[in-house]
Amino acid sequence: MTTMTAQTTQVYSVFVRATPEQLWDAITKPEFTTRYFHGSVIDSTYEPGAPYTGWSADRSQQFVEGEVIEADAPRKLVTTWRATWGDDLAAEPSSRVSWEIESMDGGVTRLTVVHDELEASPKTAESVASPAGWSYLLSAMKTLVETGEPLAD
Amino acid sequence: MDDDRVFRALADPTRRHLLDRLFERDGRTLTELESELEMTRFGVMKHLRVLEEAGLVVTRRSGREKLHFLNPVPIRLIHDRWITKYAEHRVAALADLKTELEETA
Repeated sequence: MTTMTAQTTQVYSVFVRATPEQLWDAITKPEFTTRYFHGSVIDSTYEPGAPYTGWSADRSQQFVEGEVIEADAPRKLVTTWRATWGDDLAAEPSSRVSWEIESMDGGVTRLTVVHDELEASPKTAESVASPAGWSYLLSAMKTLVETGEPLAD
Repeated sequence: MDDDRVFRALADPTRRHLLDRLFERDGRTLTELESELEMTRFGVMKHLRVLEEAGLVVTRRSGREKLHFLNPVPIRLIHDRWITKYAEHRVAALADLKTELEETA
């Protein structure tokens, strides 16, 4: 096995049987995020320039520190993203996360997450590409939105 | 919902090779990918289209270039749907055994 350096632009995409509004809620509302985003609460007013932060459910630990760059409900959310779930990650500069929501035929919506500007944040890049990273989160969100139940452990 | 497409897309060695190339370095153009395969441009395009229809490859425009990105989510969905449910403990045990045997060999 060769060890790969994680990509500095990462793209994750999933088709979900749901409306764009349902996906927007799943991305932005704590009652949904706590059920697929490793139990975390996301806090923001979703206005450009506003803070975008992620916390453990009891708010004792901050997981994400960011700022809203663009918010166009229910189509697009772009934030800066500094991972704070580890000291080595928190020491790296902010990267950028874009959520793009696109309505398709047949009651299906495509959600694409682009995590980029990771050039100076290799540890963050590796962490979000890991099995607990974006691919897990999108799979877990799809299951939650489509079935109303979280993904079983 | 598109498990069939994903399994079909993965059932071809050239397409798996293309995914491995993108895993090594993502965001490549058709020309870059083509240069690493003994295949016509048309052939590579055809395989990339199958991968894209299965959601395993996502294309994005960057200026005048069309870049191809590996999307691991469909594989993750198959993992969560099939591997976790049926085989994770057994697979993990076998993977550990394989590692142990290879390390002591």
